[in-house]
Amino acid sequence: MTSKENLEEKVDEERRCFLRRATATVGGVGLAASTLPFISYWLPSTETEASGNPVQVDLTPLQPTQQLTIVWRGRPIWVIRRTPEMLATLPKLNDDLRDPFSNEDQQPPYAKNLYRSIKPEFFVAVGICTHLGCIPTYRPDVGGVSPSWLGGFYCPCHGSLYDLAGRVYKGVPAPKNLEIPPYDYLSDNMIIVGVDQGQKT
Amino acid sequence: MKKNKLFTWITARFPLNEFSAKHLTHYFAPRNFNFWYYFGSFSLLVLAIQIITGIWLAMDYTPTAEGAFASVQYIMRDVHYGWLIRFLHTTGASAFFVVVYLHMYRGLIYGSYQKPRELLWLIGMLIYVTLLLEAFTGYVLPWGQMSYWGAQVITSFASAIPWIGKYIVVWLRGDYVVSGVTLHRFFALHVVGVPLVLLFLVFIHLVALHYVGSNNPDGINTDHSRASDETIPFHPFYTVKDLMGAVVFLIVFFSIVFFGPDMNGFFLEPENYVPANSLQTPEHIAPVWYMTPFYAILRAIPNKFLGLAAMAAAIALMFVMPWLDRSPVRSIRYKGMYSKMAICVFVISFVGLGYIGIEPVSELRTVLAQFFALGYFGFFLLMPFYTRFETVKALPEQLTG
Repeated sequence: MTSKENLEEKVDEERRCFLRRATATVGGVGLAASTLPFISYWLPSTETEASGNPVQVDLTPLQPTQQLTIVWRGRPIWVIRRTPEMLATLPKLNDDLRDPFSNEDQQPPYAKNLYRSIKPEFFVAVGICTHLGCIPTYRPDVGGVSPSWLGGFYCPCHGSLYDLAGRVYKGVPAPKNLEIPPYDYLSDNMIIVGVDQGQKT
Repeated sequence: MKKNKLFTWITARFPLNEFSAKHLTHYFAPRNFNFWYYFGSFSLLVLAIQIITGIWLAMDYTPTAEGAFASVQYIMRDVHYGWLIRFLHTTGASAFFVVVYLHMYRGLIYGSYQKPRELLWLIGMLIYVTLLLEAFTGYVLPWGQMSYWGAQVITSFASAIPWIGKYIVVWLRGDYVVSGVTLHRFFALHVVGVPLVLLFLVFIHLVALHYVGSNNPDGINTDHSRASDETIPFHPFYTVKDLMGAVVFLIVFFSIVFFGPDMNGFFLEPENYVPANSLQTPEHIAPVWYMTPFYAILRAIPNKFLGLAAMAAAIALMFVMPWLDRSPVRSIRYKGMYSKMAICVFVISFVGLGYIGIEPVSELRTVLAQFFALGYFGFFLLMPFYTRFETVKALPEQLTG
């Protein structure tokens, strides 16, 4: 009988297996938990979050059909003053649109209407294509993008089309309507972007 | 050979002789390596160029939204030979993909992914994907318009993931849009994170290669551990061959660096000489040529999720190729008519997609892209059938040529 064989007899396989599993489990959980700070590190920092403060926009200088772009949270926010003729195009398009009644959650409840705005005249939207983040161009020219074009937005990257309420057409790569940011009227000619309607700043 | 004292001291403590014997002087490679076998060693050469020039560029580059574009101009205009180091790096990026694509094509035609080299192929594919990541993060750094909008589009890919997609996009960017925060983290990934992964993968690619041995244009088995009529030691035979190839390669490479580093917009896009502007998307955006085949597939499908899924599938299919090929032979030399036609279709489709991906969207091009995408996917998805039901030629007893 060698000492090696003696040793083998003394080994409690069950105990050893338990210890191995317990060590692996505790160690594994620890290792998984330790990834948390590394993953969280990539989230927007407090400073970045703070730069998302609300922005006030004066609507007085905006002429009919004009577009104004401001920056909120680094994103372009459009304000467009729509004429009655432009607004009249909106009800005609239902069949050509993916989400004509804005059922997808792309706007605050107070903008879930035909015009996708609080006041029909002023359209406020995030100017970022819902496909892959490009900035669509404002094309109010009737017949400009295609012969039946009634005005809207055209994305140069992959050809997505939106109507004058930022509703996406069918058959284009963008899946959703343009996002409407939270905003509110401070007075008749002053809006604040980044604050929901009725919410105090 | 007379051994000096230092050498004896080292070899008593480090297996230098054993290592060089195992991997160079007594590593027996098939004797019939042809032109296509240059591109593996060229890849290593370009990797070395990229690492050295990259370290030098990092010395003067500023990874902030305010300073990035200007610091690249500073390198180009004010730093001694800054233009040369930068053009070596930008030309190196495209050259890397040229040699890697040709290296992969070699594997494709000679069946180098077949048993027992499946894992070798998989590691190679991981290198390819890592290289795409390295190229993308590097492309963002000059902070021109294409850098910015390329980053915006590619990080938006994650938004196609159901439910959590939009949170992942913000997490990736560290901001609500691509910003200086994104630029800075891409810099960290480009100069440290991804290169370390790349070097590790290249290392295990070589370990796997030297374990199973190189394939050859005939696709028949040879023994890499013994000298025979069919094999020659890697050193000095292939080291000298590769050295001679490297000379020709560097002549071409430096001709581009000196006389046409932008390659008419293929290597350096004109739009990227305009500083990044987060409020204006360029009229026409396209990635650099080596990504355009996949970009064309993305655009060919007018649905966000399916487009991205198709693009991911186009890369994923390359990974599983060892299990799609059911042919009893490896090399195209002995495969049947169907396989030869399939490779033709694949090459035409891949190049066609690459061309369409560079051009702006039009209805005709979308239809063509869909047609080529069909060719691309057909090559892979029909492979289990056409490789099995074709007549193959008899394999030679010994290596030919």
